[in-house]
Amino acid sequence: MTTVDSSNATPEVAVDPNAVSVTINGKVVAARKGEMIIAAADRTDDFIPRFCYHPRMEPVGMCRQCLVEVVGPRGPMMVVSCMTPVADGQVVNTETEGVKKAQEGVLELLLANHPLDCPVCDKGGECPLQDQAFSHGPGESRFVEEKRHYEKPIAISENVYLDRERCILCDRCTRFADEVAGDALISFTSRGNNTQVMTFPDEPFSSYFSGNTVQICPVGALTAKPYRFKARPWDIEHVESTCTTCSVGCRTVVQSSRDELVRYQGVDSQPVNWGWLCDKGRFNFESINSKDRLTTPLIKDASGNLSATSWSVAIDSAARMLRTALTVSPQSVAFIGGARGTNEDAFAWAQLANALGVDSRDSQMADGLPPQVFSLPQATIADIDTAKTIILLAPDLKEELPVLYLRVRHAAEKRAGRVVEVSPRATGLAGKAWKKVHVEPGKTAAALRALATDAAFTAQLASGSVVVIVGRMNLAESEESVVHALAEVLHMAPHATVLPVLRRGNVRGAITAGLTPRNGGKSTAEILEAAAAGKIECLVLLGADPLSDVPDADLARRGISGARNIIAIDTFITQSSALADIVLPAAAYGEKEGTTTNVEGRISNVAQSITPVGTSRPDWMIAVELGTATSHDLGVASYNELHAAMISGVREFAPAVDTHAVQHDGVIVAHPTPITLTRTDSASSERNSYDYRAVVSRKLYDNAIGTAKSPSLATLGETSAVIVNPLDVPRIGAQVGESVRVTSPRGSIALPLHESVDVLRGTAWLPINLGGSDVRELLDVAKDVIDLKIEKMS
Amino acid sequence: MSRLNEANIKTALEIIARYPRPKSALIPLLHLSQEQNGFITRDAMVHLGELVGVTSAEVYGTATFYEMFRFEPVGKYLVNICGTMSCALMGAGDLMHHAEHKLGVKAGGTTADGMFTLAHAECQAACTEAPTLQVNYRFRYKVTNSDFDALIDDLKSGKLSDEIPSHGVVARIRQRIPADRGVGAVAPELATENPVWMDGKAAL
Ligand code: SF4
Ligand code: SF4
Ligand code: FES
Ligand code: FES
Repeated sequence: MTTVDSSNATPEVAVDPNAVSVTINGKVVAARKGEMIIAAADRTDDFIPRFCYHPRMEPVGMCRQCLVEVVGPRGPMMVVSCMTPVADGQVVNTETEGVKKAQEGVLELLLANHPLDCPVCDKGGECPLQDQAFSHGPGESRFVEEKRHYEKPIAISENVYLDRERCILCDRCTRFADEVAGDALISFTSRGNNTQVMTFPDEPFSSYFSGNTVQICPVGALTAKPYRFKARPWDIEHVESTCTTCSVGCRTVVQSSRDELVRYQGVDSQPVNWGWLCDKGRFNFESINSKDRLTTPLIKDASGNLSATSWSVAIDSAARMLRTALTVSPQSVAFIGGARGTNEDAFAWAQLANALGVDSRDSQMADGLPPQVFSLPQATIADIDTAKTIILLAPDLKEELPVLYLRVRHAAEKRAGRVVEVSPRATGLAGKAWKKVHVEPGKTAAALRALATDAAFTAQLASGSVVVIVGRMNLAESEESVVHALAEVLHMAPHATVLPVLRRGNVRGAITAGLTPRNGGKSTAEILEAAAAGKIECLVLLGADPLSDVPDADLARRGISGARNIIAIDTFITQSSALADIVLPAAAYGEKEGTTTNVEGRISNVAQSITPVGTSRPDWMIAVELGTATSHDLGVASYNELHAAMISGVREFAPAVDTHAVQHDGVIVAHPTPITLTRTDSASSERNSYDYRAVVSRKLYDNAIGTAKSPSLATLGETSAVIVNPLDVPRIGAQVGESVRVTSPRGSIALPLHESVDVLRGTAWLPINLGGSDVRELLDVAKDVIDLKIEKMS
Repeated sequence: MSRLNEANIKTALEIIARYPRPKSALIPLLHLSQEQNGFITRDAMVHLGELVGVTSAEVYGTATFYEMFRFEPVGKYLVNICGTMSCALMGAGDLMHHAEHKLGVKAGGTTADGMFTLAHAECQAACTEAPTLQVNYRFRYKVTNSDFDALIDDLKSGKLSDEIPSHGVVARIRQRIPADRGVGAVAPELATENPVWMDGKAAL
């Protein structure tokens, strides 16, 4: 692979030593050494049938469907085109009589044991086996004997079902599990006619990426519970969109039938997701169809209960509430949230805030990054493929940004780049790391500074491009600590580029659109503090639920109860919106169009597939209406006008004028002129040796509303626990599994004690936002680090 | 407890060290485990996965490919009577019938005392000596009913215990290759140079 110097956009015209030319069915095709014939043929109009070949996985030659003829010195020779590399001057024929006979023969054999239950098969209508039996099959079978029978279907995980009768043993699912996801929990078992895909007994295929196997299975052998028997492919409407569940921004096809979402499928976008999705992003469409969705505006009645009202009453009351608060002072109005919507939603709310003079608006919800990290030289996701060194200064990507994890894992697996993991505990990528710097919270910057004398490390950094993936690796550690650590890395590797990873779906877009404090306005934590002190007259929650989402339960509670009035724009009644004075129902993902900005600043479209539930409306429309009701005309009357106003109004969004690109692979936002970070001597407080320093992070399946309201995902979450190194267990004196008392300066909760070698001695890992005791009770966002006492209960 | 015992863990580590990739040692380790327990248990597969760094599902996939690995308890002696063409013509059906009566179990069954498992087998590649059987993969040729009775009686009395070890023991003498006698091959993915045999030849 050649590296392209990004500073020099003019392509080289020099002779490429890897270029070869092959003739396929008489047409000359340019190809590259090492490429397989089938890949080169895919650039012509001639389709070679295939089942096992998948362009994102290693070829295995399992199904033999792709047989073609290569003309050799002794005449034509039959080869599998997915395993035969191109060669200069090679002559390939894919449509001769011989090839036709061979392909028909393979298909006849594949169908010999296939049940042909297409009428009741989810895949029927979009099935490669069905389609290719029609296009490349013999049309009839000589096999008249009884077919093989297996119990139909068996669950190999909570969400994936396997019908072994339909399986053609193409090895796609098993290869994906092993090669791509690194979860080799399914394997071919037995032999010959009994060969089947199977898990280890009682050990389900519980991979975060299991849904991809359903998508790439070329037959109906693997089906997903959330979609089984929901629709027929020919009744489905498709729109290409972007997943906004997390900020990776995977490209998807949103599919609906009879105005209901039925499925998301991954789209192969080279710069972003290569066709993969995580199961959380794939299956959480269920939450959009949830019966619990808000369908009408709600307003607090005389007795203090929320009851249904009309939009006109709700908007008028909300406008009055805002106006009254503004007469007190614009500082007494604050907006929290906005990361769940589109760029346009955020832009409209930022415009409204500007018009009202509201400076305290923040979409980061107290677990974000300081804005200066977006002003450093930025890396893209694709830069990971060519980086020599990938430094993880980030949360566990497998848990928080799953498809980004696949990309980094791929780079490490292919030995393209070396991974350096800097983290307070071993993450999902630890096994792939070239170097691990596991360091107690508060000491990261110092540990990195010490690395400057490590010759192997500095040589590695100097060997080529460096990408630093930076984010909140520990929610019990301040955001400044991340910047300090980053400054150390950039000092050692000044040529490094930075990929700031904020987890929330469109937080990058919301910040860019203006939902970030300005003119000395307050951040989420400061807004909540001010509210607690009685200084907030009107708090607007934009799809935000501080009571369950801000990593400081006490602060959130004080803030929400201290705010005089609350207006919540939300899709569900949450802990926080339940306490609002007015709740305005918002249209959800799939119910509105717009654009979103992913982790690398890539703007791509989100598409409307179904009509919004009840009378719910897109967030932007609510902003525009509130503007009108408060005599601030935002000057837009339609989505298109708003989108145009956003592109011309926000410099970073200017590249989004390329509508075609936005609807496909997306475009990267314009970056500001880079700044440099200065190193600071961060004095970290010493830990009392009896205490455990807290490491708090998220798991993929937590109490997030989209997961909690999706029945297929809601049961997958674990419960809260405190996890320590096995060597620390005796010191605590309690048994593993036993409930222990965990106390911080903020609070005290009971949690089951678990052990893991992934946790450093003297630290305690507490996954947040799970069922069971609320870890946020222990946290204090104002503190740099948090030390805990862990005691056996009497 | 059917993970490897302490002594066998040592042997396992020695076997693993012979291979460029730990997982290549899986088949000999499965035999070692079957030797210890008489069959392959679930715990054993989990343990072997830990030892060579693959998932239990991968161990299971590999193990179930091979007929000689058993996943249910089998008797101390596994008696395989060939039923393929030559043996069938030479009376294997009658022999099986007789064996079932002698042992008191149907083909596929195990005697209550855990001594014998009787099983059908395909051609054992000794067709000139039909009908044949194997006890723990040790041959008996041209077996008559009375040969069979004598064989069972001898196995019961322990007379044959020198010749025929209990099920799972592949060989009584274990091959030992000290680390310094190994070829020291590196895993292909870690190789930095072409193998010597490729010297001078174009890459294949
Ligand atoms: S289940 Fe599907 S993907 Fe997996 S081997 Fe069978 S046919 Fe291929
Ligand atoms: S990784 Fe993120 S963007 Fe991609 S499918 Fe999962 S939740 Fe959606
Ligand atoms: S596609 Fe080539 S063998 Fe399956
Ligand atoms: S047929 Fe029995 S050994 Fe060949």
